[in-house]
Amino acid sequence: MKKKWSFLTIIFTIVIMLTGCEPLLVLDPKGPQAERQASDIMLSIGIMSVIVLVVFVILIIMLVKYRASKQREDYEPPHIEGNIWVEVICVGIPVLIVAYLSFVSVQSNNIVESAPKGYEDKEPLIVYASTSNWKWHFSYPEENIETVNYLYIPTDRALEFKLYSYGPITSFWIPQLGGQKYAMADMLTTLHLAADAPGEYMGRNASFSGKGFAENTFNVTAIPQAEFDEWVEEVKESAEPLTEEKFVELLKPSIVGQSTFTGTHLEFLPPPKKHNKHTNRASNSEHSEHNKY
Amino acid sequence: MDYFDRFAVPHPSPAIYASMVAIGLTVIAIFAGLTYFKKWGYLWREWLTTVDHKRIGIMYLISALLMLFRGGADAIMMRAQLAAPENTLLDAQHYNEIFTTHGIVMIIFMAMPFIMAFMNFVVPLQIGARDVAFPRLNALSFWLFFMGAMLLNISFVVGGSPDAGWTSYFPLASNEFSESVGTNYYMFALQISGLGTLMTGINMITTILKMRAPGMTLMKMPMFTWSSLVANIIIVFAFPVLTVALLMGTMDRLFATNFFTTANGGMDMLWANFFWVWGHPEVYILILPAFGIYSEIISTFSRRNLYGYKSMVGSMVIISLLSFLVWTHHFFTMGQGALTNSIFSITTMAIAVPTGVKIFNWLFTLWKGKIVITTPMLYSLLFIPIFTIGGVTGVMLGMSAADYQYHNTMFLVAHFHMVIIPGVVFGMLAGLHYYWPKMFGFKLNDKIGKVEAWVISMSTLLAFMPMFFSGLDGQARRMYTYSESTGFGIYNMISMVGAVGLAIGFCLIVYNVYYSTRYASRDVGSDPWNARTLEWATHSPVPEYNFAMTPQVNSLEPFWDAKKRGHELFTGYYEKIHMPNNSGVPFILGCIFFAWGFSFIFGMWIPAIVTTIGIFACMAYRSFENDHGRYISVNEIQKTETSRGA
Amino acid sequence: MKIDNSLPLEYSTGQNQANILGFWIFIGAEIMLFGTLFAAYFTLVDRTGNGPTGADIFEIAPLLIETFVLLTSSFTIGLAIHAMRLGKQKAMMAFLGITLLLGLVFLSVEIFEFNHFYHVGAGLQTSAFTAILLTTLGTHGGHVTFGLLWGTAIILQIRKRGLTPETANKSFIFSLYWHFLDVVWIFIFSFIYLKGLM
Repeated sequence: MKKKWSFLTIIFTIVIMLTGCEPLLVLDPKGPQAERQASDIMLSIGIMSVIVLVVFVILIIMLVKYRASKQREDYEPPHIEGNIWVEVICVGIPVLIVAYLSFVSVQSNNIVESAPKGYEDKEPLIVYASTSNWKWHFSYPEENIETVNYLYIPTDRALEFKLYSYGPITSFWIPQLGGQKYAMADMLTTLHLAADAPGEYMGRNASFSGKGFAENTFNVTAIPQAEFDEWVEEVKESAEPLTEEKFVELLKPSIVGQSTFTGTHLEFLPPPKKHNKHTNRASNSEHSEHNKY
Repeated sequence: MDYFDRFAVPHPSPAIYASMVAIGLTVIAIFAGLTYFKKWGYLWREWLTTVDHKRIGIMYLISALLMLFRGGADAIMMRAQLAAPENTLLDAQHYNEIFTTHGIVMIIFMAMPFIMAFMNFVVPLQIGARDVAFPRLNALSFWLFFMGAMLLNISFVVGGSPDAGWTSYFPLASNEFSESVGTNYYMFALQISGLGTLMTGINMITTILKMRAPGMTLMKMPMFTWSSLVANIIIVFAFPVLTVALLMGTMDRLFATNFFTTANGGMDMLWANFFWVWGHPEVYILILPAFGIYSEIISTFSRRNLYGYKSMVGSMVIISLLSFLVWTHHFFTMGQGALTNSIFSITTMAIAVPTGVKIFNWLFTLWKGKIVITTPMLYSLLFIPIFTIGGVTGVMLGMSAADYQYHNTMFLVAHFHMVIIPGVVFGMLAGLHYYWPKMFGFKLNDKIGKVEAWVISMSTLLAFMPMFFSGLDGQARRMYTYSESTGFGIYNMISMVGAVGLAIGFCLIVYNVYYSTRYASRDVGSDPWNARTLEWATHSPVPEYNFAMTPQVNSLEPFWDAKKRGHELFTGYYEKIHMPNNSGVPFILGCIFFAWGFSFIFGMWIPAIVTTIGIFACMAYRSFENDHGRYISVNEIQKTETSRGA
Repeated sequence: MKIDNSLPLEYSTGQNQANILGFWIFIGAEIMLFGTLFAAYFTLVDRTGNGPTGADIFEIAPLLIETFVLLTSSFTIGLAIHAMRLGKQKAMMAFLGITLLLGLVFLSVEIFEFNHFYHVGAGLQTSAFTAILLTTLGTHGGHVTFGLLWGTAIILQIRKRGLTPETANKSFIFSLYWHFLDVVWIFIFSFIYLKGLM
């Protein structure tokens, strides 16, 4: 067993050294949703480490104590059926742990699935984020602008992403702001996020979607509201309008850089409804207004 | 020539041409060898037409080992591609095909036949039966599995491999986004081998329920038989879901229906749901028999009865029920809302409880035992800590809010490898070393075996522990490359070292087989491990009728009682034994199924119709055939028994 | 092969008992198969795209004929097994023949119905709803077709070999299969047709 332990120690040292320099993205949250998730992760790592430790300790004790080489030649192990109290402990303690984690899990579910707390003073910024192979389209209906493969967001304001896809299932993920959610062709999903600190964040599609998947990323820039408003103004002045032809061209499979437009594609290609029963997106023009659910 | 274009590989590379040549040469070598040594008749009589559960088990075992190396080669290529940032060893399309086939091969064509091998070989022996309930169906099951596996394996030299991930999510897997015939291969390879698996499920349940030795009540069955019973019940209820899902996917691709498309009412989420309604129980189909093998081995080498037999059985039954109630945890991020996620989060974490009970029962089986560390025992002891690490990360993934951060990342990849490798692969390797003497009449070398076990388990840690970190650092799974600035490089480099270690470990197994075949002692007796259950009460290798006389059982460990407490296992006298005749129909039917699948994959309708008729013709032939089997005479039994030293 | 004469012919050997148990397990798998198809049907039933809904295309007359014919055939196969238990080979074969004939009528009406669906614009490719409707009905119809072939093979074998433990066993298992198809049809009738017509 010695070999094994020294080995494990080496691995963990390496890993701790590696991670010591820079915190892992998910554990370096910059928004309330990501913070909740990171604290859930740390909590579960803590509890699970105790369980792992208990198993390791029992295993080592058993192996050290009951090796054949340490026992009399004529030792005959007894027949033991099992003990009801031991079983009760083996079931009871895990049940308590799972119950506690379930409690935390249910609570966290409600938190990450609703608008982030503490930003009630401002209306959330709604952004429609859609994917086509292999790019991200971000439509800002209020500001009436659209970007490709990059995202500007204001800090200290709730964000509400409406996700859908013009193709394979993709997953919208900005690790430092919060967990991911799928973007799908015939259902609109909602992801609530918020950024507390200005900065540049990595965002990507996390769900495999074919050849260009690895490159299917976007940059997120979080800036204070005033700067965000400035940026919007600048876009409105300098960017070209998004026409239907231009957008259809963009939808074709390709890997493109960043671009900016005035107007959004929501006007001519409306997103799917939340639970789209009769999905024929092109013919559902009556649903073109941006529904708030 | 247009017609033949579709058989060409869409993305040829030197590696693919090399494998074409290699496949060609291997086939030629096999044919030439068989002809030269005049072994065609032997192969046909003794193997291709056999209905003997032991031989079928061995054929499953060989297939599983072959597929282990196929899937392992895929793994090495993937790890090599990712070892350094912006590596150009493979392009995106190749990488996609490779991780897709890696997943399919390892789950469906490596792990499944591995457990089938032990179920086939061990279960009838453990319950004191002559064979399974339906020996011919069993042969058919094997050949369907085998032909399904071959079908998937020719995909990378004929027409292109599937490239939409082993989960094959639509619409990515639809004609629109996956243009090659690869996903057709996926649909038919899985459908054909899935049919075989379903038949095995029915066969094994019937065998276990109907053919146990007198006195063996359900609660006196050995743990491996129990685990097989539960696993096969899951098979019977889970595989039809896959059948339907594959049928719908096939129709979408071949007949332009709109089940999972993005138009005309299609619903892509439906595939994901059906896939995981099958897929999650599938995990338990794989792992429960491995748990059964661990129970046998740990009890044997602790020289003690299994601690908490009843709670072991109970926890398996609970796991099997829960396994059908957790499928949504594979897509917590699909937007079902907090309530649905909460329910499935709780059911998912609940599985940890019965699993934990099993872990603790194994630990308590060691208690007051007399632990002998042999290769199978070493694998089992290494399984416990590594599986525990993998298992607790499963609980972490079960916390749905946090799962939004783990989902689709290397963290998840690390989790399921850290569960499946120690849980299933170690179990199968432990079983391989444990049952090898029963199968072939000699032991695998223990020293080499222990080196294998250490190399494989340490490499597993080295390969997969870093993935937990790179996942938390934002590395999504299935990315064929990443930039240097992400900082994933070092984690992937360590993983690469681990992957090479695993490769070395698996090569050591091959070397061990070679070494032991040449040098190991053939004098191991029927009970080389001082074991406790019935399969060790007959000769090694096992005669075709398994037991000359039906064993009498009155406890959980009849063979141990026979050795220690003077229980009489075999009483009475020899009687003639009824045995089924060999049959070529299963093999031929398997071949027709292969052609049938191939015809559909390429949309060749005339051969498709012809082969469909061929399938029905085979079934009709079997129905009208008047075959009552044969008898082994008392004389013959006596002769065999004497020659084996009874 | 040991034959236990205290049991009905179809249960009289160990192999026969295993066959019957095995077939029950197979029916368990079939229940999952049709259950999955129904689950898919209920999920997709409203997703008609630009195609027709169930109410647009379902017709009462063929439905009633199919239901009547199939339910009757389930009764006649029960009579066939009863006759078999009494050892009346001729009566048994007659009832088995009637069963298959009724099955054939069912199948013909279903083919007619599919033809009708096709002509009113509910093809396999029209929408998710039509696809799952035709797949579910088609899977059941395929089972009936297979049953017809299987039943014919059994009649031929009984004619050749008489009522042996083997043929009796096959007939009994076939009757289980046929009853099962009937049960599936009752579900199709209630939850696909009636619900669609309402």
